Order: sequence, then C-alpha cells, then structure tokens
Amino acid sequence: MSDVAVNDNRLAVLDHSRLRAKESKSGSERGRISVRDVDIVFDTQSGPHVAVKDANLTIQPGEFVCLLGPSGCGKSTLMNTVAGFVSPSQGEVLVDGKAVTEPGPDRGMVFQQHSLFPWKTVKENVAFGPLMAGTGQNEANSIARTFLSLVGLAAFENAYPNTLSGGMQQRVGIARALANYPSVLLMDEPFGALDAQTRIMMQENLLEIWSEFRNTVVFVTHDIDEAVFLSDRIVVMSASPGRIIADIEVTLPRPREQSLLTSPDFMKLKRQCLDLIRRETLNAFQQQNKVG
Amino acid sequence: MDTKSNVAFKTPEPPVLEVDSSDQGPVSGEQESPGAVAAVDRMPERVAPAPAMLWLKTTGVRYGIRTLALVVAVVLWQAASTSGLHFYINFENIPAPTVVWSALITELTGQEFYLHILHSMERVAIAYGLAVVLGVLLGVAMGRSRWAEDIILPYIELLRPIPAVAWIPLAILMLPTEQASIVFITFLGALFPVVLNTVHGVEQTNSVLVRAARSLGASRTAILWHVILPGAMPSIVAGLAIGMGVAWFSLLAGEIISGQYGIGYYTWNSYTLIQYPQIIIGMLTIGGLGTLCTLLVRFACKPLLKWQAKGGRS
Repeated sequence: MSDVAVNDNRLAVLDHSRLRAKESKSGSERGRISVRDVDIVFDTQSGPHVAVKDANLTIQPGEFVCLLGPSGCGKSTLMNTVAGFVSPSQGEVLVDGKAVTEPGPDRGMVFQQHSLFPWKTVKENVAFGPLMAGTGQNEANSIARTFLSLVGLAAFENAYPNTLSGGMQQRVGIARALANYPSVLLMDEPFGALDAQTRIMMQENLLEIWSEFRNTVVFVTHDIDEAVFLSDRIVVMSASPGRIIADIEVTLPRPREQSLLTSPDFMKLKRQCLDLIRRETLNAFQQQNKVG
Repeated sequence: MDTKSNVAFKTPEPPVLEVDSSDQGPVSGEQESPGAVAAVDRMPERVAPAPAMLWLKTTGVRYGIRTLALVVAVVLWQAASTSGLHFYINFENIPAPTVVWSALITELTGQEFYLHILHSMERVAIAYGLAVVLGVLLGVAMGRSRWAEDIILPYIELLRPIPAVAWIPLAILMLPTEQASIVFITFLGALFPVVLNTVHGVEQTNSVLVRAARSLGASRTAILWHVILPGAMPSIVAGLAIGMGVAWFSLLAGEIISGQYGIGYYTWNSYTLIQYPQIIIGMLTIGGLGTLCTLLVRFACKPLLKWQAKGGRS
C-alpha cells in the first residue's frame, strides 16, 4: 500500500465521521454522564457485599476520564452501571439526561480481551453493530472497512480473530465499538492483557483515534502511567467498599506522545496518584489487621 | 503472537500507515508459525511444498498405519478360520474372509442387496432428520430456559438408558405400521445425543460475547442467532456425528421387526437361514454405512466450524 493511498483512506474516514457528527445535530454535546448517589450491593453467600458506595460523578461530553484504583475496588462495576449491565441498588445513572436501564449502542464497550465473535471474520465483527441498527449489508460492510482502516487493519478484514495477535484483536474491538458512532466509549482495562510495549503503542493509537471523534471516554485501569498518559481527568477509587476518593485534573498538553512519559509534569501527577493510592492501601491494610 | 504488534507499533508516526504495512512484514517473515497463516495469500510460492511433505510425513504415515492395522486383523481372521481354531473362541463355523468376499461379489451382482441398503438408508434419513430438528430445538430451549430444562430433562434422563431393542414391543403396539416402528426406534437413538450435546453447547455460551452483542444493540433473537448458536455449534456438530452413529446402531434393532427389507433385517434373516457369510456381510455393511454417514455429517458441518481452524480464511 502506498503512502498516498493510505492518506486518502484516512481522509475518507475523517469525512465519514464528521458527516455523522453533523447528522446528529447535537454533535459534540452528546455523551454527558451523571452518576448520582450510586450504591451497588451484591448478594453473596456470605451476605450482602457493598461493591460501590456513595458514588457521585459528572462527566462532560468529550471528556476522557480514567477510573483508577486497585483490583476489586469496584471501578469496573461502576462503569458497568453506565454500560447498563449492572443496575445500581441506590441512586441513578444518567447518560444525556436519560436513566440507564439496559445496554445500548449509544454506549460502545471495549472489553479486556477475547470479546470478538470468533465465528465472524474481522469485518463481520465490526459490521455487526451497524447491521443490528438496521443498516443494509453493503453499507455495514463499508462502515466496517472504514473503521478497520482507521485502526490500521484493513488488510485483515477476512481473517478470523483467532489468527490475530492480542493487540490486533483489541484494535478490532475498538473499531467494532466505534462503528456504532457511540456518544460514550466505555473501556474496561482494554490493554491490561497486552505486553508493556504493545500497550504504549495502543495508548498512542487510541488517543489519535479519539482526537478524530472526541466522544466521551470512560477508561478503567489499575495502571497509573496509563491513566495519566490518556486522560483529562483521573477518578481515583479505593477498595472495600469502593468509593471515589479523588478527582484529579490532568492538564498535560495534547497531542501526547511516548516522550511525555518521562517529563517532570507527568512525574508530578504520577507521584500524586501514587501517594493517594499508597495511603488508601495502607488504610485498607490497617483495617484488615484490626479486624484480624 | 503479540510480537507482531510490537513490531507493528515501533514506528508510531504516522501510526495508521505504519501499522498497516508493517503488520504484514513479520507475518511473511515467520511462515512456519501456525499463526502466520492469516496472511496465506501473501506467502511466496516456495513454501508450498513444505506443507505437502509435512502432510505425507505425518497424516500420510498415520493413515498407512491405520490401514495396516485393519489388514493385520483380516490376515489373523483368515488364518483362524482356515485352520479351524477352537481355543475357547470357536472359529470352526466362521467363514474365512475369502469366503465372505466371494459371497459379497455374488450379492453385489444381484438387486436384492441394494434394496436392503436403500430401505435402511431411507429409514435412517427420515429418523435422523426428525431427530436433528427436534433435538436441536429441544436442546436450545433447555439451554436457554430453566423451565424447559426442568420439564424436559427428567424424561431424557429416564428414557436415555433404555436400549433400542427394549422399545420393540411398545413400538409395535403403539405405531400403525412396521415402517413407523422402525423409524421411531432409530429416531430415539439419534435424538438423545443431539439434545444433550446441544444443551451442553448452549450452556457453554460465553457471557462476555453476550454482553458485547447487547452493547452493540443486538436483540434477543439476534443474540440467539449470532452468538449462542454459533458458540454451541462445535458441541452440536459433535452431537450430530454421535447421533448418526447411534441411529445406525438402533436401526438394526428396529429392523428385526421388519419382514421385508433393510440391512438389519438382512443380517438377522441370514442368521435364521444359517447363511454365515451373509451375516458378516450385513454386519460390515452396517459398520461401513454408519461410518460413511458419520463422515458425511462431519463434512457437511465443516463450513459451520471453519472459524475454529487456525488461519482459516473465507
């Protein structure tokens, strides 16, 4: 593939997404998330387990927010209430003013791994959302091709997912979620299973794609570097029960590249997050010791 | 496999362009790895002979051994029959393979033998067709609904261990024609493996894929069609293949009823007429036809499972 051809392809993608943004006239105003006084309690065999307690959070349209916290702090659970997979026991979750009751194509999901349909080719996976929305087969295929070139996998449209590497599969997953032009993109530790080098490249790639769409992103991670590198805001959570303990604004300039990872500003933010999480972890340890 | 992405992303600017072209680079550089087959159409021709040689060395040799294993059995049988071996197992009345062979040639020149086969094939086709349709429907219902499972499962658990032969009296009493009785017994044999494997497959559904489909806007019907059924397909296909084997197995029991045609009837009738070579011909025909039909089922279902093969390309 020559440079010119690829650049043309890329322009086509941009036109496509701008067109869609205009079509839905609210455009960049879609994707406001409000989490109000949310408690999430699960019934377990040893009694009720409070996964999330008193969560309050407002996310502006087009904001890139990371939910950061240790494993088991309820950050994925909180995001799943926005996705509509989990209903809050108390409080409510609104997306664009509407209470979330079930999953929907306006909120695209990217899962940790192995979430592509293994019996569908890469193209069929990406075309699935548009097809479900009632788009014709030809149009759905052309949308799929558009998004596959956006993530750089146009050449693999007829491959089955099990022939792709983990990083490539996740890029297909991102393309599949974006193919519905969601106002919110929900990402549940999408790069957690990738090796460090691939992960950094995926992060840069994601930011670049996001800069074209500017939709709201909620990104769950336990990796501090990842949270600081990607987000406009970091919402830090602590474990048992899962609570929001800090809301840190990240003012690092965009576009961001790998070199940022060693800059003093980056280090300062990272230290801030580290201190917060360390203090919380210590508290948790002390509480456990008291109980024990 | 992740190494591919590493290389792919090493030159981040401009990512889309580089990702695209360099993803292909490492692929053609590691032709011997199974994962690289994704790019099969970009492989240079010179690697083509290697898989062929490999096939001869592995698959070819293995089929050679399998054929040899059967040949050994025939040779031993010939020796035992001609020498009239009688040491606990009695070979004195067992015709030698050569005798069976000449009897088979005689049968193949007549019409009767083909009629037997034709009648059996027809019964298996009807019974198996019914079993597949009803079995998959029941299996999906049981896999998806606790109600359906609680209502249907007790019947299946109770009836499944009953051998086909035991159904003969009831089948004769309850069904209007001999043909219907035989088809019913064959159908029962095929039904249980199909139902149970379908239930198993449906219950194995990956919940992450269901969530993914829901978040992409799929309705319940769409999830059944695009997620649950394809996911259950490997297990369903296994059930279909086992079901075909059991259908032939049960057919023989059913055809003991019949007074006219069928390969099971042929075998049983040869016994009452003391035609020993014909008994063996009947048995081997059932074995052969059963194997053939099972292979046909597997072959017919292959397109449904092509995604399982590493490097499968449409």
